[in-house]
Amino acid sequence: MTDVTIQINHKSFLSPDSGAEKTVIKNLNISLKSGEFVCLVGPSGCGKTTLLNILSGLDKKFQGSINLGRSQTHTDIGYVFQNPRLLPWRTVKENLKLATNATDDVLEPLLELMKLTDVQHSYPEQLSLGMSRRVAIIRAFAIDPELLLMDEPFVSLDPPTARQVRQLLIKLWTNRPHTILFVTHNLREAIALADRLIFLSASPMSVVAEIPVPIARKERLNETEIELFRTKIFSDYPDIASLV
Amino acid sequence: MDTQLLPKKLTLLSILIFFGLWQGLAMLIQSNTFPLPIVVIDVLWQEIKNGQLPYHLGVTLFRLIISFTISMIIGCAIGILLGQYKQLNAFFDNWLVIFLNIPALVTIILCYVWFGLIETAAILAVVINKVPNVVVTIREGTRTLDKDLMEMAECYRFGKWKTFLHVIWPQLHPFVMAAARSGLALIWKIILVVELLGRSNGMGYQLHLFFQMFDVASILAYTIAFVSVIQIIELFILKPLDQKAMRWRR
Repeated sequence: MTDVTIQINHKSFLSPDSGAEKTVIKNLNISLKSGEFVCLVGPSGCGKTTLLNILSGLDKKFQGSINLGRSQTHTDIGYVFQNPRLLPWRTVKENLKLATNATDDVLEPLLELMKLTDVQHSYPEQLSLGMSRRVAIIRAFAIDPELLLMDEPFVSLDPPTARQVRQLLIKLWTNRPHTILFVTHNLREAIALADRLIFLSASPMSVVAEIPVPIARKERLNETEIELFRTKIFSDYPDIASLV
Repeated sequence: MDTQLLPKKLTLLSILIFFGLWQGLAMLIQSNTFPLPIVVIDVLWQEIKNGQLPYHLGVTLFRLIISFTISMIIGCAIGILLGQYKQLNAFFDNWLVIFLNIPALVTIILCYVWFGLIETAAILAVVINKVPNVVVTIREGTRTLDKDLMEMAECYRFGKWKTFLHVIWPQLHPFVMAAARSGLALIWKIILVVELLGRSNGMGYQLHLFFQMFDVASILAYTIAFVSVIQIIELFILKPLDQKAMRWRR
């Protein structure tokens, strides 16, 4: 795996009502080191999902360039969407096999790590939201991606479940260190997960600040450490408070 | 246990009441044009024994299967295309409305006039009548396809065939089943008219003969036979298909 560089000069949408052009992203430059876990933090509606759609190849109408290192294509990108997007008519394992073409040898350890072995033959409707989200995470990891995109994957989970899934994600990432770009508007969640935080402005989106998270992984289980760092960010960068 | 048996008991009861009413009315009217159920059942048995009913029923079923299959394949393909491409739909929408509103009888007569009283013309007439209905149903289904799942398939590089088979088709399944059920009901009625007007065999041809002789018992016997076959298709083909495709639902 090599570094990823993202340079988006201009991205706009046409307003469906007035037909006027609205700029969503302007002069956005982001670099990711190989195996780095980066959280993008920004206000709702600033264009974070648009950015991920560009990176995943779902949205091709933009000015700029994306360099994914080795592959130079979008084939090595895993995407964990805001909702799990599992095929309801396929079991957990069938969903994973269809999307990843992975063998049982690859999938079974991942299912075990994410505590889903018992439900691998269940249909998505029989799972809780937390379980479905874990399946979506396995799906993204199982393709062994160059870059893994995660779009607020824990939104609408209750806090204890979200914490549990976050810990499982970190465990999975530690076993299989991929470069991750994780979108959230929850600063506590971002601090708990990321090596580095990138704060984004409201639309048109651009980078406001980049802050490394110096807290050791083990210490992030402690809520107080996260809260202390959060307070420090707000005192060091007073403008950021309005973005989260 | 009781709750499982209740629908079966109700079905049996409703059939008994139906035949009871029929028996009562027939006894009241006492006319050859409204025969007793037992007379119709006897005619049915005689027609099965002499081989006439199985032959004509078989011919009609053959036409039904051929025209149903062709209509479903063409209708599904066009419906998916119109549902996916707005411009294509805008162009062909008026054509669809025209074909939907052409009376079945007109299509049948035109096919026989243009192509002669041949099997191909008969099948073509049925297909032309049914395809627009399938197109409309499948087009609506295609419009409701889940964009999130389509994006997921694109993102995970499913490819066209895998996307169609595993993402699009399961979503269209309820619409296909609706088109199939209404199709069966519509097609066999049209086939009878097609046979009545231009064929020398089949249920429609036989019904025409019975009509000329005012043989209502035979007309009802053939009707019961055909409706029973359609019920068997529903029970042993369509319902199991439905249950298999919907097994993931809670």
